[in-house]
Amino acid sequence: MNTLPPSFSRRALLRSTAAVALAVPAAGLLAACAGSSGDSGTAAEGKVTAANPFGVAEDAALDVVVFKGGYSDDYAKFDEKLYAKKFPKAKVSHSGITEIGTELQPRFVAGDPPDVVDNSGAKKMVLGTLVADGQLANLSDLLKAPSADDPDTTVEDTLLSGALDPATFDGKVMGLPYVFTVSGFWYSKTLLDKHGWTWPTTWDGLTALAAKIKKAGIAPFAYGGTTAPDYFFSPLMALAAKQGGVDVIKAIDNLEAKAWQAEPVKAAAEAIASLASSGYFLKGSEGLDHTQAQTAWVQGKAALYHSGSFIENEMKAITPDGFDMVFGTVPPLSKTGSLPQTALHAVAGEIYVVPAKAKNVRGGKEYLRTMLSKEAAVNFTKTTHALTVVKGATGEEDFGSTALGSVTKAIDAAGDDLFSYLFPSWYADLATTLKTEIANLLAGRTDAAVFLSKMQAKADAVAADSSITKFKR
Amino acid sequence: MNHGKTRIILLFLALPLTLYAVLVVSPYAQAFQISLTSWSGFTADKPFVGFDNFQRLLQDPEFWRALAHNGLLLVVVPLVTIALGLFFAAMLNVGGSGGKVAGVRGSAFYSRVYFLPHILPVVITAVLWQFIYNPQIGLLNGGLEAIGLGGLAHSWLGDPTVALWALIGVLVWAGVGFYVVLFSAAMQSIPKDIFEAAELDGAGRFQTLTRITLPLLRETVQVAWIYLGIHALDAFALFMVLAPSGGPDNSTMVLSQYLYLSAFQKGNFGYATAIGVLLSLLSLLMTALTFGTSRKKTTIEF
Repeated sequence: MNTLPPSFSRRALLRSTAAVALAVPAAGLLAACAGSSGDSGTAAEGKVTAANPFGVAEDAALDVVVFKGGYSDDYAKFDEKLYAKKFPKAKVSHSGITEIGTELQPRFVAGDPPDVVDNSGAKKMVLGTLVADGQLANLSDLLKAPSADDPDTTVEDTLLSGALDPATFDGKVMGLPYVFTVSGFWYSKTLLDKHGWTWPTTWDGLTALAAKIKKAGIAPFAYGGTTAPDYFFSPLMALAAKQGGVDVIKAIDNLEAKAWQAEPVKAAAEAIASLASSGYFLKGSEGLDHTQAQTAWVQGKAALYHSGSFIENEMKAITPDGFDMVFGTVPPLSKTGSLPQTALHAVAGEIYVVPAKAKNVRGGKEYLRTMLSKEAAVNFTKTTHALTVVKGATGEEDFGSTALGSVTKAIDAAGDDLFSYLFPSWYADLATTLKTEIANLLAGRTDAAVFLSKMQAKADAVAADSSITKFKR
Repeated sequence: MNHGKTRIILLFLALPLTLYAVLVVSPYAQAFQISLTSWSGFTADKPFVGFDNFQRLLQDPEFWRALAHNGLLLVVVPLVTIALGLFFAAMLNVGGSGGKVAGVRGSAFYSRVYFLPHILPVVITAVLWQFIYNPQIGLLNGGLEAIGLGGLAHSWLGDPTVALWALIGVLVWAGVGFYVVLFSAAMQSIPKDIFEAAELDGAGRFQTLTRITLPLLRETVQVAWIYLGIHALDAFALFMVLAPSGGPDNSTMVLSQYLYLSAFQKGNFGYATAIGVLLSLLSLLMTALTFGTSRKKTTIEF
């Protein structure tokens, strides 16, 4: 007895639902198979020559995924053209996306990652996790390879000092930070000139300037308390480093006992806390996000804003004409400190990685070598007004930007006195605590002593937690 | 033909049950399985660690803090939203004066105004309130100063004592319109003669509300309570936009946000999934409690 009504459409519906029901677990199986495929991806190999140091196979496709954020992705398309010129038989595919982690995580899990990834943006993948999981190719051979412009110079020699630190894990370079950012105070030259103020060379000079600014009816400093209070942690570390030397920072990064209680760190935290207690912050800063705070700054409600050199590009659309954005190096607590006044907190960002399981690892490295050529670096700076890690690529050229000009000058003055701290990118737990506690300090909810003891307690907890992979520098 | 019947039943049930098992039950089971691992989210293999994640959670002060915030939301948000919803619905439908059962003057206009926030996507609501709460140029502080209450101005999202309440305010603002409509529909299905009889007996507006309307709306209110409770346990999108890192001094961190930050900022999917498992258990528990405590009731028919 046929119990089903002889209606075609209903049967067809049932059949298609059954197909879906079967297809779902099947897709899971596929993913599982792909996941176990292992490390066979590096097989494609060409001949190693002076022009092709990694032995890229001529016709191996290259899959590039770029974060399409503040710098857009046009510069990457330019670099891809350079690569394609070298390997005309290779098919270069490009995707400029914003949600790096969301889109790439499944590909990593399935063992099918792209050949080059610009791991940046709010949805970037946690670098330390990728390294700990063995997902990234070691780039030491890239650094030892001859540079694209001069066969007698290695790639490493063309890079600014400290540029590789953020991607160095236990001495191994696992990524290439491409954009070079220095942090300091930003101000409108026009505003300072109008009042006859000049950028100070000592911390006392800075607080005296702040007092004058306040008297003139402008808030001396602003910060974005809800999203980026940690922008203002950079001057704290700069003061500590200039006072006590880079070892002070290294001790903090290495989770050493009492690192946060060192005298220079204490003095630095007290100096920052005194800005809060003197009422030098724009009222309500703790409730602004960094965009709102930066906006208040370009509108002239606050005179000084601490940020990285990416700020010019970020605020391009709303900066009024004649603002003349200029960079000011954080002045030291005393003239007899361990680092000169010109020393800079410098971090290279936009970290490019080559996944270990990529199909064309050699091509990925070759692409990075191409990105580090003078031609590619100059093009990047020209289009974004941001500097790359390539030393002196743009010379004195400022492409019509007071901000870029002042940053280039500051980097020249600093020479090799560049420093950075890495613990927030190494230990996510510590990064979230830092965000909370520096916000408390800036809002005047805690004082320097409480701030330091809370950071020390969290650092000790991370050090004692065996489940967290530790790094040393 | 009993045999044939069983076959039909099996045939018709097998498919939806399979679908349900594959698409609904298995992800839950998988989530539970992941919560027992230290999976980072990027590898094919997931190292098994037993109940470690749950043990860690119980000792994690930030987890307890987030849980407490969810607890507060769970009490305050439904209470305030339902109270306001009932009040507005009553005013719109039976609150009018003048001898007949109708809403206050202009009720058609008000009902549209109340509903408006509900049709905005959550993210837009959040961005809107970002501007309202802006301590520099915000509407709220500006408004307070304009009416001479400048002393009440706050850095709403930057002050740990008020930040959570500021977010609760937005939750209620965005939610109340829907419940006004829900309660209105329920009130309109109550026969008018009941209200007329009450009025003839000399009942005032307040008495009508508490003695007639509310008891007859019991079941609707109960449903609303569950909806709002689940809403309060989640509260993710709004909190993520208005207080992306958990608010000043973690004062607005909720479980769903802690889950997200653990997974995507700390690269710790196993731990995050354990939070998710606890969160879903809490939702189930809350639903069971709400239905359980209100089992006994006399249905009023009209």
